Amino acid sequence: MDFLQSIDWMQLLRCFVVGGLICIVGQILIDKTKLTSARILVIFVTTGVILGALGIYQYVIDFAGCGATVPLLGFGANLAKGAITEAQNSGLLGAFIGGVKASAGGIAAAVFFGYIASLIAKPKIKKQ
Amino acid sequence: MKSIDTKQEYLDYVDQKSPNSPILKNCFNAFWVGGLICSIGQIIFDFCKYKGLDTTSSSTIVSIILIGIAAFLTGLNIFNKIGKFAGAGSLVPITGFANSIVSPAIEYKSEGYVMGVGGKMFTVAGPVLVFGISASVIVGIIATFFV
Repeated sequence: MDFLQSIDWMQLLRCFVVGGLICIVGQILIDKTKLTSARILVIFVTTGVILGALGIYQYVIDFAGCGATVPLLGFGANLAKGAITEAQNSGLLGAFIGGVKASAGGIAAAVFFGYIASLIAKPKIKKQ
Repeated sequence: MKSIDTKQEYLDYVDQKSPNSPILKNCFNAFWVGGLICSIGQIIFDFCKYKGLDTTSSSTIVSIILIGIAAFLTGLNIFNKIGKFAGAGSLVPITGFANSIVSPAIEYKSEGYVMGVGGKMFTVAGPVLVFGISASVIVGIIATFFV
């Protein structure tokens, strides 16, 4: 019960609002352009890498916590942050290692859980 | 009815005929579902911090748990229903990335485990990783020489 008392409700509210606003941007892209969802995901991750590399996104993360890291922009920013940190530690080698290293957990989880889910689930026959 | 000769005329015609998607309602749903997913992440994050983990590990655990939940719900065919309702609200968070891997993996199961599940898994997530990782390598190279 100590945990419940330790929750910062203002932080949670900022997280909710910023996370929601980022999703609204995505929704406007879906409704106003005819982009496929794959393109939207690519746009979000690449934008995240650029914002992360410029150091802008860190301010959003500091403000909103998971409201900034959970959307795919955060995934991109994490790639950029990892690449920069590793590049500073071990030079050119780090530039190749850093990005994937920082996001390895998410990628491995998606592949692993995806495989497990496909073992269990039955494919749906699409009703026309 | 006037004839349709150019591509532009055809696009105008389609716009006129296709029903207007209620953008305000879609945005509202995307807002609260997206915000809710991020808030669940924040609570997991706070719990990890409460247990004494550092920020990086906590964020990774948040991603892994949300991806796990999204994969599970995709397998039960619940995630697609949430997706239809929430649009970008479930697509833009990391759950959308998970869904984009799990959904084709299940769909192409009948083509076998290697080329069906293993191969089709990355139909949507592949481009995301290609552009995301390539961009991060470029950023890393720039950081090596100029920072």
